[in-house]
Formats: sequence, C-alpha cells, structure tokens
Amino acid sequence: MERMPSWADALLVPLISLLLAAFISALVIVAIGEDPLAAVVLMVKGSLGSTYGWGYTLYYATNFMFTGLAVAVAFHARMFNIGGEGQAIVGGLGVALVCLYLPLPHWTVALLVATLGAAAFGAAWALIPAWLQAKRGSHIVITTIMFNFIAASLLNYMLVNVLRPPRAQDPATARFPEATNLPTLHELLAPLGIEFSKAAPANVTLILALLACLLVWLLIWRTRLGYEIRAFGHSSTAARYAGINPVRITVLTMLVSGGLAGMMALNTTMGEAERLMLNSVEGAGFIGIAVALMGRSHPLGVLMAAILFGFLYQGGAELALWTSIPRELIVVIQALVILFTGALDNMVRMPLERLFLATRRKKG
Amino acid sequence: MTVPAIELIGISKSFGPVQANKDIAIRVERGTIHGIIGENGAGKSTLMSILYGFYKADAGEVFISGQKTEIPDSQAAIAAGIGMVFQHFKLVENFTVLENVVLGAEDGRLLRPSLAKARRELKALADDYGLNVDPDAVIETIGVGQQQRVEILKALYRQADILILDEPTGVLTPAEADQLFRILGRLRDEGKTIILITHKLREIMEITDSVSVMRRGQMIATVKTADTTPTELAELMVGRKVLLRVDKTPARPGDPVLEIEGLSVTDSAGVARLNDVSLTLRKGEILGLAGVAGNGQSELLEVLGGMREGRGTVRLNGKPLALSGPDADGQARRAAGIGHVPEDRQREGLVMPYSAWENSIFGYHRDSRWQNGPLMDNASITANAREQMERFDVRPPDPTLAARNFSGGNQQKIVVAREIDQGPDLLLIGQPTRGVDIGAIEFIHQQIIALRDQGKAILLVSVELDEILSLSDRVAVMFDGKIMGEGPADSATQSGLGGLMAGLAGDDTQAMANWTLSADATRQVGTPSVEKIEAQLAEKHADASKEV
Amino acid sequence: MDFTTALQILDSTVRLSTPLLLACLAGLFSERSGIFDIGLEGKMLMAAFISAAFAFTTGSVWLGMLAAIVASMALSALHGLASITFRGNQLISGVAINFLAAGLTVLIAQNWFGLGGRTPSLETGARFESLTLPLADSLAGVPVLGPIYAELISGHTLPVYFAFACVPATWWVLYRTRFGLRLRAVGENPAAVDTAGVSVIGMRYAAVAICGLLCGIAGAYLATALQAGFIKDMTAGRGYIALAALIFAKWRPWYALVSCLLFGFLQAVALRYQNIELGPITLPGQFMDALPYILTVVILAGFVGRAIPPRAGGEPYVKER
Repeated sequence: MERMPSWADALLVPLISLLLAAFISALVIVAIGEDPLAAVVLMVKGSLGSTYGWGYTLYYATNFMFTGLAVAVAFHARMFNIGGEGQAIVGGLGVALVCLYLPLPHWTVALLVATLGAAAFGAAWALIPAWLQAKRGSHIVITTIMFNFIAASLLNYMLVNVLRPPRAQDPATARFPEATNLPTLHELLAPLGIEFSKAAPANVTLILALLACLLVWLLIWRTRLGYEIRAFGHSSTAARYAGINPVRITVLTMLVSGGLAGMMALNTTMGEAERLMLNSVEGAGFIGIAVALMGRSHPLGVLMAAILFGFLYQGGAELALWTSIPRELIVVIQALVILFTGALDNMVRMPLERLFLATRRKKG
Repeated sequence: MTVPAIELIGISKSFGPVQANKDIAIRVERGTIHGIIGENGAGKSTLMSILYGFYKADAGEVFISGQKTEIPDSQAAIAAGIGMVFQHFKLVENFTVLENVVLGAEDGRLLRPSLAKARRELKALADDYGLNVDPDAVIETIGVGQQQRVEILKALYRQADILILDEPTGVLTPAEADQLFRILGRLRDEGKTIILITHKLREIMEITDSVSVMRRGQMIATVKTADTTPTELAELMVGRKVLLRVDKTPARPGDPVLEIEGLSVTDSAGVARLNDVSLTLRKGEILGLAGVAGNGQSELLEVLGGMREGRGTVRLNGKPLALSGPDADGQARRAAGIGHVPEDRQREGLVMPYSAWENSIFGYHRDSRWQNGPLMDNASITANAREQMERFDVRPPDPTLAARNFSGGNQQKIVVAREIDQGPDLLLIGQPTRGVDIGAIEFIHQQIIALRDQGKAILLVSVELDEILSLSDRVAVMFDGKIMGEGPADSATQSGLGGLMAGLAGDDTQAMANWTLSADATRQVGTPSVEKIEAQLAEKHADASKEV
Repeated sequence: MDFTTALQILDSTVRLSTPLLLACLAGLFSERSGIFDIGLEGKMLMAAFISAAFAFTTGSVWLGMLAAIVASMALSALHGLASITFRGNQLISGVAINFLAAGLTVLIAQNWFGLGGRTPSLETGARFESLTLPLADSLAGVPVLGPIYAELISGHTLPVYFAFACVPATWWVLYRTRFGLRLRAVGENPAAVDTAGVSVIGMRYAAVAICGLLCGIAGAYLATALQAGFIKDMTAGRGYIALAALIFAKWRPWYALVSCLLFGFLQAVALRYQNIELGPITLPGQFMDALPYILTVVILAGFVGRAIPPRAGGEPYVKER
C-alpha cells in the first residue's frame, strides 16, 4: 500500500521543505535587521523585472541545469556525485583547448566541437572515481571530493604555467578567437524583433541546457540504458536477477554525469568570459546538488529548480548591491534547501505520511 | 506442575502488512532444552527477538519464572537473565573475544580491570562447560564455531539463566554441531533453560526435551520430543492444508531439455551449498524440488538463472551453459531460453517502484521488440502489458500502477505472466504461491500446467509439499545440498517425502514405488529413531573428523 | 637548504598541522561511531568566525574559544538530528552544513562588523600568544638541539600543544576506556552494541558532540592563534584535508598524527616555494597542493595498503526490518 499519494511525494514534500528553508531564510534576514518582504520584492524586481535581470537569471540557471542534471543522473543509479565542481573545471579546460587550438570557422561549429570537448573532459574526470567505485569499492563521494581539489590544482597549474599568454598577469587563458564567441540572447532574439538586454550574459548555451534537460529525460525514461540505471538504483538484487551488469552501469552513469557537469563550462567560458579563468565554476557544481535534490532528480524539476536558483543568484546580487544583505545569503538558502530536501527529508515526510494515513483511515 | 522458566501469552507482531507472529502462546520448563521448529519465515526468530527485547511485540505478555516481565530493550532481557545467540552473530569482527564479551557489561569506566575480570571468568566458564576460546583472538580470525562459543560466553558472562539459540548449526560442520550439543547438554544439567530454534528435525530429535512447531506465524503444537517422530514433525511444519486439486493429464515427457551433471556451488563464506547435483528434465514435464528450506534448492535455481556461479556441467537442449564468467548472467540465460520466476519476487523479480508495464519486460528489456530506434517503445510495451495483465487476470489491470501497490498474488502474476509469455524452453519457478491468495494460487498452477502441455520443461521449487505433489510429474528431494531421491509424483507420499527431507530413507520412503534413492539416504533404513539418527550422526562426524 | 630554513619549514609544519590534527581527530570520533562527517570544514569555519567575533567583542580569547565550541557543537547537533534521529543521508547533511557555515559566517560578519565578511584584527589578549617553554631561551645557544627546542618545540600557542596532547588522549580514550570500546563497537556493528544493552543513539550523539568540540577548537585556533582574526572562507579546504588525513590514517590516532604532519608539511613547503626542484624534475607548487588528495585516492583505491572504514559507517541504524 502506498503511504502517500505520488503527487504529495513529488510536489508537497519539496514544497514544504522549500517553505521551511524560505522561512528560516526570512528569519536570518530579520536577524540582520532587514525586511524580508522588501528583500523579496527587490529580488524579484532585480532578477525578473527586466530583460537585463532575466538575462542574468537565465545565465545562472544555465549553469545550474547542467550541474543539476549531472547530480540527478547519478542519483538515479543511487550514486552521489559530489564532484560536479571538478568535472566542470576540467570541462572548462576542454573548452579552452578546443577554442584556442582548433581552427574553428564559425560559432556553430565551435559550439559543437567545444561541447564534445567539455563533455569528454568532464566525463574523463568522472571516469576514475567511477571505475574505482565499480571495481575497487572506493567510496565515490570521497573520491569525487578529492578529485574536485585535484581539478582545482590542475586548473591553477594549467592557467599559471601553461595557458597564460606571455606577459599576462592574471591566471587566465588568452581571449578565445572571435569566431568562437557565442551569440547572446540579445543577438539571437533581435532578428525575431524581440528586444533583449545587450549587457546580460545569457547566451545560446541556454538552449543547449534546455536540450540537455530533454535528452536526459529521454535517456532516463525512454532508453534501455536509463531503464537499467533506474533499476540498478532501485534494487541491485533485482538488477542482478535481470542480468544488468553493475560495473557497466556505474561507469556509464558517471560518464554521463561528468559529461553534463563538464558542459557547464561552455556557458561560463565560451558564452560569457570568452576565455578560461580561475574562478569559472564558482560553486555551481555544488549548487547542482541542491538543484537535483529539489528537482527530485527529474529533468523538469531540475529545470525549475535551476531557474529558482538562477533567480536567487541574480536576486542575491541585487540585494548585495542595494541593501546590507551580502550575496552569501544565497549560500545560506542553498544550504537550507539541501538540508531540508536532502538530509532532513524524513522530518518532513514522516509526519506527512502519518497525516495521510490518518485521513485515509478516517475515510475507510 | 513447576513454575515454567518462560511463559508467553498472546504474542503478536506485524512488520507492515506482514504478520510475523499471531497470538503465540508457549511454556518452557526450567532446566530443559526446548526446541522451536518451523520453516524459514514461520516466525520463530521474530518470536525470540521479542523475548530478547530486540523487537517490540504489538500485543501479548511475557512471564519469566512466573513473574510478568516487560522487556522493552535488550538491557531488560539481560537483567531478566535471558541471553541470546542470534543466527547472524552480533559480534564486533575486529575486536578480540575478550572485548566482545565485556562490551556492554563492563565494570567501571576503565577497560583494564573489566578485561582482567572477564579473562578470569572466561577461564572458569571454559573449565565448567568445555567452552574453550582464546580470549585474545580477534573474531574475524577464528572459525564460526568459535564465534558461536563467544556468543554463548557473552550470555553466560551476563549471568543468563535462559539461553536462546537461533539456528545455531546453520553455519557449523557436523563435528562442531556435535560439540555444541554436548555443551548445551552440560548447560541444561547445570539447570539452565535452553531454547533451540531450528528448522532441522534431526537436531530436535537429538537434543531437545520438548518441541514446539510453528507455521506461518502461528504456534501449531507443543509435544514431548520422546512422543513424536521426525516424520510427524515434518508434516506439522509443512502443514497438511486442504490439498489443492489441479486438473492435469498425465505428462508425456519428450527429449531432455535440461541436463545437470555434477553441479556444485560454494558460497562466499566457503560453505558448500550444492554438492554434486545431477538431474535431467524433459520436455513436457514438471519436476518438483522438495525439501526443507535452506537445503540447496534456492542455490540451484540461482545458478540456473544466472544469478550465481557454479561448477559442473549444465546443458540446455544439448548446449552447455556457462556457469561462470561474463556469460553466466541473467541476460545470457534468457537468451538461451530459460525463464525464471525467482523465489523472492519483491527483491529480485520486480523493481518495486517500477510500474507494472516497466516490470512486464524486466530482464527482457534488451529485446529488439521493445526498441523503436534509439528509444524504448513505451506505448507498445504498455499495450502488451495491458493485454498480458488481462490474460493473466492481474487486478487491477492497470499497467501504470507501481508494482509495490499490487497485492502479493497480483505481483506474482505479473512476474509469472512475464516469464511464461516469453515462451521459455525451461521455466525455473521458485515458491510460485508464497504469500499468494487461494484464487491466485489456482490460476498460477493452471498457467504452469498449460505451459507444460505446450511441451515446455518446468523446474519447480516450493516449500509447500502439497504444491509439489499436486503440480509435479516427478519429484526430487533435496537435503544438505544433495539430491536424496527422485521418483514419480504419483507414488510419493507425505510421510515418505518427510523422511527424505530429513535426509533419511525410512519404511515409508522405501515403500514409494519407482523411486531412486541416493546412497546418502539409504545408508539408513527402517523407521528413523533417535538412536539411529544418533548413530548416523556419529558416523557422519567420524567422516568429518577424518577429513579434518 | 640550510638548517635554519629546514627548521622554519618544520616550525611552520607544526603550526599548519594543528588545525588538521584537531579536525582529523574530530572526524575520527564521529566516523569511528559510524557517522560520516564531511561537514568538518563547515564546523571549523563557523568556529573560526565565532571565536574571532567573540574574542574581539569581549577581548577574551577564552570566551571566543568557548563560543566557538558552542557554535560548532550546535552544527554537530544538527548533523546528529539529520543523520541519527531522522536517519537522513549523512553525506548530504555534511554538505548542507558546509554551505550553511560558508554563508552564515560571511553574512553575520558583514552584519556585525561591516568589513566585507571578516572580523577586525585581534589585539593581544583576544588571541593566543606563543608560549616560551622553560629554558628555551637559555638553551637556544646549544648547537642543533638548542634551536630545535627553542624554535620547533617551544614558541607555539596553547592550542598547538593541546592538539598534540589530544593524540595520546584519543588513543587512551579509544583503547583504554569503556566509552572507547563502545564507540569503536558502534561504528563496526551497532547491532552488537544494541544487543549488549547499550544505546546506539546515545553513543553516536556522544561521538558527534566530541567531534563538534574538537572542530570548535580547530576553528578557534585558525582565527585566534594561527591568524589574528577571521577572513572569509579561511578554512580553505582544511576540513577536507583533515578528512583525507583521516582516511590516510586508517581511522587511528597515531597514524592521524603522522598523516596530519605529512599534509601540514606539504602545505608548509607549498607555502614557501613556488616550485620544488628534485634533480631533473620540477614539481609545481600546485602539485604539492594536490598531493594530499592524490595520496588519499591512491589509498582509497586500495593499491597501497587498503583503508577500510568503520564497517557501519554512513548507514543509519535501523533495528526493525
């Protein structure tokens, strides 16, 4: 018997968790002497009130879609890929190498090749932890954390010692060739007669991210591999009965996950900075955890959660600009979302299940 | 009548929808060894876990030495003088024997004095009862027999008067079991009360003073061991429920489909689970594997289904099957034409959160029939599932419902429908009707017979003797990983099979016409008596010690 | 490299190893009880900020330390609530705590001090001063041993000595007391502890509390001894390095000392030199930064002496099926 209807599980539990997180965040805002309601108004205005705001919101959301999908795919196989950060960093290296060293005539070709580069580098960075998990039983959470730090050092080394142009001061690559620069939403929408802010960084990668949501949905719910991934995640004993190879599933899932995380770099390096910088990922890999948890590992949920976090990011920047609330408020909200939707899930779920059982008994 | 050491009244316990204990009452006299026998899943371990405060009973009362006692946790059980040796030992593997004994029963905050005291007491206990264990040995480096002694020592160190042992010989060699029984005898003579939970008839006959039989969560009978026979107990355990009539014509066996020669399986702990098993199964026949649960039937199904590796030769339609390596998985078995209804449908046969339609292709999901380009053809899978569910009378016939929302019987029908619909040459089917309601049982039986009548071969494993007898054309009995005997179902009798299931060929067994009995079983003929069993055990122990 | 430089690097090793050691031992208590804790970083960070804030406000380093311990233990309680009481995912809880600390520290720092997420510099009295051990000055002149005593052993702050004293203390608690026996047992086989009549939940909460205590001291050390004040993100991954050191140490106290000294040494070297010249090969500084993590992966992979975590680690204890 079902303890709770599925709509409650998919919507009510995350919603209550989100409300709890929002409530505590409001308390935090009150505690630092600001008005939470005014803060919300300011955030909405700043992130959704103009195409400039939207441009930033969607830019951030693009990052979080990729990293959120990466975590979500791994969750389906009951693996916790905490290494999205490192995989995105290494994916950035892939993008930079492709853009700097391959002769690319047009941004369409550049995007295609750079996507392959980003995905391949990200996937490669996930491969070792995946293989170690599947073959040697090394805990993937710990290995992917370690790989995050190794990736940061690797990037630092590559930028400082290898890719930095001569006489340049800051650790970053040279600007990518003009031909690889991606069109922004402004440029994409102008021919359609739609005015969109010129200054906002949202770009064509957003469409790629939406496409990735669709493809991940197809992968998980419409392909054989997705079928096996979910079966393995739900029950490894049943997977053994069905002849599903655990090593194969572990490795393939992590390759997909790492590839998605790596593709996040397209947005920040090719789409925005147009060169690879030290801080190109800036925690987006970790936000993917919150996004996947809140989106219940479903691409549609991830999409919505990513936009929510995009809104929080842009809104948070506005808050920092106009009030005494620093940007770190967003990190707090992110932590609370992870806490309530992830770790304290049972705290919300158990009373709710009891409630549903009680009402059903009354009816019955 | 003296005051009993333990009296339980009206104990009930449910795990979710499963009722593990129903209104159990039992009296255990002081200074006796009391056996509790029943098949796996009969509720024995649950009952004893309640007595030890490990689980909380939903209802019922516990009296220890005539005193009503509440046992909310293990601490209370220990205080009431109860010690328990669990089937899966509760030992800290990387601790020494001494540390395990002392854990939770320390004297004071510092360890050294406690350990020193325990060391002295262990020596005394070793001298008193023959419980010799090196106190400084680390648990994971000593054998299971030794580990079990540590569990007994733990209980005795805590001044236990009542000792519960849950399936203590499951992991022991015959020689170790014999030693254990000698120790238990000594403990009884010292006035301790011992409860022995087992599904092995021989142990009950060998060591206990009285015995209670449990079946499906209920207490069926309590008798003096001297007044009963293994055969009677076997029947009580398995139950003589209303014989389900299955209409079937006589089998017309054709060419061999499955040929097993010298198949052996050793589990990860190094214990032999299957020992040189040979069987042949022909087209158009149902072979039933009878036996008390845990005697190798599950392992045989798992090897054939590609879930476990084995050694030996297995041929399907004349072609050998890989028994190890990458080609020994479920996919390869399905491709070869083997369908498999696993014993545990919830953990193996179904993915519980998956919908019925997703489950309807589980294991066959790589079939090109379900592919539409790079994607799975969900519409046609669903349509097929819907049609299948109607044909197999799955209720409700809603393919979008998750498997966990169906009743046990309907879950089983989903699995059976899937496996039968592939038209396998050989169908492996384990516990087809466990936890299934009467109506569904009949339906599933009809389907199995219809498959046989199409000329397919079926290997049936069931702990329900009735089911074996009513469905099978031929029956083989397994005991201790070996085939004890094999013959036509028509001439098999409950009592004759009961003896074989205990590893013995008594008069009733000998009377079964056209049966082939293994040398292991026929070594002992005549009505099995305690003396003869003991004699046979002694012989086995002699063999075992020779091997050592 | 001359003697003085070597001494300086070793001296710096001791100072940099201290927070690692405290956090590592904190993780040891938690993980030995079966509760994985990747929130060491967050607890340290929170403690670092709170200690600096309170030390600055009250002018007393001890009140700062006390407040830090309280704050860190509060986060531990949260981790316990999620992973012991509500049987949630311990890893996700740890991640949440790290972010919570990263966000809250800056948020509160900005609100209290308005310095962009840091505290003002701490004056004397509000931070730990170096202690000079007896005779250090007079023995400094003795060749070799004198400077070693005066520079390397003497002249550290109190938490440094405390951290190093924690190693034998942890060993003693773990292997010589009833508490230690039960703690080790509950991380290996909670069912054994439960059937022996000891509360699994109680033991685990106790372990998590000790973890909070030690993380609190580690964080306070960062802000009031190693440096004079809190700056944003000042733990800089030390919680994760401590975690790596714990795995490297195979969850044992003396090994923890060795691995923390090793990782501290790597930090000290990376801090002093851009690149390390080893004959024909030049190791970049970034390689030194990454080395603790690389070594940990190698250990985890089991190619060089397998690290086996406490068997019940990461799993909530559920008695009934």
